[in-house]
Amino acid sequence: MTERKLGEVAKYLRSKNAGPFKLTLDVFFHSREDYERVKAAGVVTNETVADMYGLPDTQKISVFEYDRVAAIKVTFARPIPSGAFGDNDIYGAQQHLPLYNALVPWDDEG
Amino acid sequence: MNEIRVLTPCGGLGYGFPRTSIEEGMRREPHIIAVDAGSTDPGPHYLGSGEGTLSRDAQKKDLGILMEAGRKAGIPLIVGTAYTAGAKPHVDKTVDIVKEIARENGWSLKLAVVPADVDKPLLKESLRNGRIRDFEHPESLNGDMIDRSRHIVAQMGVEPLIKALETGADVIVAGRSYDPALIAALPIMRGFDKGLAIHMGKILECGAYAAEPQSGADAMFGTIREGHFEVEPANPELRCTVDSVAAHTLYEKASPVELYLPGGMIDLKETEFEAASDRAVRVSNTKFLEADQYTVKLEGAAPVGYRSLFLAGARDPIFIENVDEIIADAEARVKDGVTCGAGTYRLNFRIYGRNGVLMGPEANGAEPTELGIVGEVVADTQEIASSVCSFAHGVLLHQPYPGRKTVAGNLAFPYSPSDFDLGEVFEFSIYHLLEVDDPAGLFPVTVEQI
Repeated sequence: MTERKLGEVAKYLRSKNAGPFKLTLDVFFHSREDYERVKAAGVVTNETVADMYGLPDTQKISVFEYDRVAAIKVTFARPIPSGAFGDNDIYGAQQHLPLYNALVPWDDEG
Repeated sequence: MNEIRVLTPCGGLGYGFPRTSIEEGMRREPHIIAVDAGSTDPGPHYLGSGEGTLSRDAQKKDLGILMEAGRKAGIPLIVGTAYTAGAKPHVDKTVDIVKEIARENGWSLKLAVVPADVDKPLLKESLRNGRIRDFEHPESLNGDMIDRSRHIVAQMGVEPLIKALETGADVIVAGRSYDPALIAALPIMRGFDKGLAIHMGKILECGAYAAEPQSGADAMFGTIREGHFEVEPANPELRCTVDSVAAHTLYEKASPVELYLPGGMIDLKETEFEAASDRAVRVSNTKFLEADQYTVKLEGAAPVGYRSLFLAGARDPIFIENVDEIIADAEARVKDGVTCGAGTYRLNFRIYGRNGVLMGPEANGAEPTELGIVGEVVADTQEIASSVCSFAHGVLLHQPYPGRKTVAGNLAFPYSPSDFDLGEVFEFSIYHLLEVDDPAGLFPVTVEQI
């Protein structure tokens, strides 16, 4: 069994503010099959996201599996609001890397 | 009337759009041109300062083309969240451009203005009456947060915009607005389904962003009928697909199936998307759910000081290897060395190449070959910020560290002067909900013949 990064198997993997106090990440796939594989592997959950982003409270993370378009959405409060002192990313557009690096079991023959 | 057609020229006034897309859109005889001009995305500076992200020239160019198109067709043009943030200075600036265009072209027109500013005494009274709800701001609202705010706006829904449309205005300039409401107001005024109208607005407000290929700088055309609406990009080189339109509902929103708005929410759980042609998508079954209590979102921005910063690069491998300790030392030396008191300034070194981008822990441990360093100071006055910044760049330039060989200087400054005074700094001070009895009450429409 090999592993691949979620960002490598995704078609798009983006982050963006949902208002100044929240960050939202969307993962789109090349096929419904890829989406189902990632979903079944349990790679994106409240716990894994809390770990990736160093978030203290798993309850405040929302993970939404959107079957209609075969996409996964993750939303949580920004550790620092947009534009507050110390914020690195006003638009929240470059916060996808921790999710990109999540490893997905990926058997190429499967 | 069995349908209402809406043209949205682009995702933001000033982004520009192909002129041919507007011509194509106008050939389809829209009943209104609706465009959003703002967002909180660029951060708190704009609401705080009264400035806009896009240049006056860029907005004037777009407005000129749209006013002319609306005038020729005899249909209204509606602009919402004027000049980025939609507070009084932003609305005034947009009105000024509209008047200038009318004057330059010798046009006479009826202008309706819908401000979105919230009075501080009224807000305090609402606070005392328990009519302010916590929302996404981490703190509950208090009087100090209200007092500190430079500008406070409420985000209007469709109701005040409908009042403005009812005046028969040719051009409507609105303050802070729920973006989809600009598109949904006319259909709702004419009795079309609220859930569908808002959903159509949600898709159109980003221009052709819901098309393939995506473009926020191109036009989208929407047609609402009984039971469904259709969206289609005006530019024949773009197309809407079921996937592109369904996927768009995820964009910039916390949930893809429950979108909250002034006075309620739209529920997309049962929404159906189907191809109406190879370029158009038909959407049905989106439901509007009315809230028990109408609320509007409040946004406020407060000044928190003045900023100065310097930019520098580092290329020495020993410096790079020890950068964390070097920075910690430099911070301590600055604290010791400056004459202003502690608590009058905040200092931050942002290290690109190390941890300058992510909000959380950095995932990549590899050693970079070079670092970009931004030294930033926010202080009570510009003089203090400037003075601490200058002291800090000097400290870091000459900071000794173990194994140092580059004893003539640690940093490569790309500019002279190396430091920049950036003026006032703002933070989002209010992001709460206000309960209102009259959805249009906060947003008095005024009409003027120009």
